[in-house]
Amino acid sequence: MWDHKGVRITLRIIQYAILISYAVITFIPFLWALSASFKTLAEISTGEPNFIPKVFTLDNYKQIFIDEPLFPRWFGNSSFVAVVVLGLNLLFNSMAGYALARFNFPGNKLMFFGILAVLMIPGQLTLIPSYMILNEFGWLNSFQGLIVPSAVNATFIFMMRQFFLSFPKDLEEAAEIDGMGRFGTFFRIALPLAGPALAAQAVFIFMGSWNDFMRPLVIMSEKAMFTLPLGLNTFKGQYYSFWNLIMAASMVFTLPALILFIFFNRFFVQGITFSGIK
Amino acid sequence: MSRRKLRETAAGYLFLLPTLLVIGTFLLVPIVYALFLSFHKVQLLGGISYRFIDIGNYTRMIDDDRVWIALYNTFEYALIVVPLQTALAILLAAVLNSKLRGRNAFRVLYFLPTVTSSAVLTLIFMWIFKTDGLLNDLLGFFGFPAFNWLGDPKVALKAIMLMNVWSTAPYFMVIYLAALQDIPDSLYEAAEIDGARTLRKFWSITLPLLKPVTFFVVTMGIIGTFQLFDQAYIFSNGSGGPNNSTLTVVLLIYQYAFKNLDMGYAASLAVMLAAVIMLITVIQRRLFGEEKLN
Repeated sequence: MWDHKGVRITLRIIQYAILISYAVITFIPFLWALSASFKTLAEISTGEPNFIPKVFTLDNYKQIFIDEPLFPRWFGNSSFVAVVVLGLNLLFNSMAGYALARFNFPGNKLMFFGILAVLMIPGQLTLIPSYMILNEFGWLNSFQGLIVPSAVNATFIFMMRQFFLSFPKDLEEAAEIDGMGRFGTFFRIALPLAGPALAAQAVFIFMGSWNDFMRPLVIMSEKAMFTLPLGLNTFKGQYYSFWNLIMAASMVFTLPALILFIFFNRFFVQGITFSGIK
Repeated sequence: MSRRKLRETAAGYLFLLPTLLVIGTFLLVPIVYALFLSFHKVQLLGGISYRFIDIGNYTRMIDDDRVWIALYNTFEYALIVVPLQTALAILLAAVLNSKLRGRNAFRVLYFLPTVTSSAVLTLIFMWIFKTDGLLNDLLGFFGFPAFNWLGDPKVALKAIMLMNVWSTAPYFMVIYLAALQDIPDSLYEAAEIDGARTLRKFWSITLPLLKPVTFFVVTMGIIGTFQLFDQAYIFSNGSGGPNNSTLTVVLLIYQYAFKNLDMGYAASLAVMLAAVIMLITVIQRRLFGEEKLN
């Protein structure tokens, strides 16, 4: 059985070959888009497959930011919505998860199973009635119409509950003996200790809001209220065949999520495996 | 109830208040409302009015050609995309799970498509799929014919499938990786003493142990493909074209609701889709979902 050292080396080579080829397959579309964003329209139109621009230009980026006043506006809208949604989710999901994990009150179990049941409901079912409810509220084409319905998330309420359950109660009990109320204990003791769970949640919620296409499409009707994914889609219609501009806009759009991912990729993976175990 | 108990109950509901308000208003009420809408003809102009039409919306589906086209497209899509992305996810996870140098770098790199927005990915791929685009250049280089990926009804959906497999396989790879790390080394050691080879070990130990995860991944894959919207919408400018070839069920629901303003009929289609998705979820949980709750 020790005679297949050769087999092992061959296996290693095959493994690396698979890894490297798939890395190339993953990376090429991004690289191609990045290179287009630095090319002139003339060079784009030749259709030549060169990755390094013959004439390197920053004009595409200048043009989308300066000549297209709506683009910075969309960027601002997306950032505003994502940050507010993130803040509300971190607070509300943790509060709900904490109550389900720590407080013993009639209805606790019912609420918990309610949250689990809610996880199964596909968003397409509630899309149309939610739209009509927002219409009743006069919240269509408004930021609150986009923010409030996504201010809590059942998956992460469940995650926070599991987190607090796995966590020793001692500190909180000590705080209670010291006369700290439930709110004080939650905000000053429990929440600061929940850092890693909050980080995993934060990455997912931010990305979810930043990349969401369907809900803003349904809710926002005025161009000035668009978020970036919608704006980008409009851009495509407006600048058809100006792929250099479209790609520059796509790169600007991808950058914040990418930076977030590079710094927090550990938490990202945790979040996915959590939803996998669930 | 004691004073302490009462205070705890009040605190519990106070902590849950924002959640109850949001979920109540934008989830529970909408579920009931969706069912209500699905049995009515809804008139939006000049103040909303409802006319009860019994199961009229549901029987209307049977004669609606576009429903059948959307179903056909969605099934074809799931049938091709799900096996491919699952197989690719297993392959990548298995390779990444062996002790190779630089595997973390690869893992991070593979993940790029998962964190990029569907709008950006679709635009990048439309740029690559252009008639004189990169993919056709590449195909030409290897002596294959070029395709009109965006305009030919025969291949438009295939183009979206290709993009979908590419962008979701890494997501499922992460789930497989976590599962692979849970398989105890002792199982493999026992097999090694018996002289089992790597491929055989993978075939007769790893794959059977991954069965629950595979079932989960396939279920999630099916649900994900049934919910396909963004890519089809951006690709076809919301039309589902060319010639209905990228019309998916969710895109059809969107068109009926927000282009034709036929809310009742659109709601009945959404109810059907939700019923199918929830049925699949329930089956998955019954068979394999040993939920680790408490």
